[in-house]
Amino acid sequence: MSISTLSMHEMALCEGLVQSLEEQALTQGFHKIFAVWLEIGALATVEPDAMLFNYDIVANGTVAAGSRLEIITVPGKAWCMSCSTPVSISRHGDACPACGSYQLQLLDGEQMRIKQIEVA
Amino acid sequence: MCSICGCGEHETLEHDHHDDHHHHDHGALHAHAADLPVTRMVQIEQNIMAKNQRYADANRQFFAERNLFVVNLVSSPGSGKTSLLVKTVEALKAQMPVAVIEGDQQTGLDAERIKATGVPAWQINTGKGCHLDAHAVGHAMDHLPEIKNGVLFIENVGNLVCPAGFDLGEAHKVVVLSTTEGEDKPLKYPDMFHAADLMILNKSDLLPYVDFSVSKAETYAKQVHPGITSLTLSARSGEGLEAWYDWLRAGVARVSA
Repeated sequence: MSISTLSMHEMALCEGLVQSLEEQALTQGFHKIFAVWLEIGALATVEPDAMLFNYDIVANGTVAAGSRLEIITVPGKAWCMSCSTPVSISRHGDACPACGSYQLQLLDGEQMRIKQIEVA
Repeated sequence: MCSICGCGEHETLEHDHHDDHHHHDHGALHAHAADLPVTRMVQIEQNIMAKNQRYADANRQFFAERNLFVVNLVSSPGSGKTSLLVKTVEALKAQMPVAVIEGDQQTGLDAERIKATGVPAWQINTGKGCHLDAHAVGHAMDHLPEIKNGVLFIENVGNLVCPAGFDLGEAHKVVVLSTTEGEDKPLKYPDMFHAADLMILNKSDLLPYVDFSVSKAETYAKQVHPGITSLTLSARSGEGLEAWYDWLRAGVARVSA
């Protein structure tokens, strides 16, 4: 998937991210952000490269201007109904790596969450 | 955020820029501590979709207060969503209140097709936007007559990628896949088929002329979402539509109970 086909979607996500940062600046009383750590699940509807591509543009002129975006990828995890055990998956539609079943219940890996920010 | 109507856009914050002239090399942030402002770490743990989620939750509350069963229709462009909707609202409008929100990048053509049936419709143009968001849907409700104990259809922008990530406050996402497309789309666009609770395989009247395999499409969809339900129908011939109407009537009965 190329960045160009996805950039509008991640642009909107970046706008949501920067708005959250501006709200935090007001409530937590800081005026400059140096770095942002974002947790992105492997199964989230977001392409990390496109987030990085859009972030600088969206952050420009805000409290986050010039800050560094760090993306922490969280692996996908699901509960296999057949094995009755948690297993790792990398995307929706993956089979259980142990038994091949698709009867999986997601446990982790869909988050798009600001973890922490470095501010002054 | 609001690319639709511009309201609430860029609520600018009053913040002091006195540190902006320090152009730091962040790789050596603490090398010359005396020259640099003291930074601190702030733990946040906030979803970046929090704002959309707040609007979606407000929409869901609004719909619940009116006993509205709300369906978010998603698909590629050309799957026949609007033709299916026209048939559907014509069939249901005598049985229950019905309204439609249409989303497209440009034109009011789809809303005009719905309005021609006598059912109220409001068109959202997203401009360059590739999906509807919950804020735009909330505003669209201001333009529709108040309805209760019925069904509201939201026809999303034709796109199997971006709308998957945006909750609009709907009860269900319904993904429409047509038999002139590839049956492997659930595997190619797994996020959308994972987000949808019902898959409609439209244009069943063309099955004798195309290589589309209904059973393969259903198998693939269940791989990405074991709990997905599937209906095969043709908006054009009418085949299978009654099961779709039953699904909708059951949904309306649930929210009105």
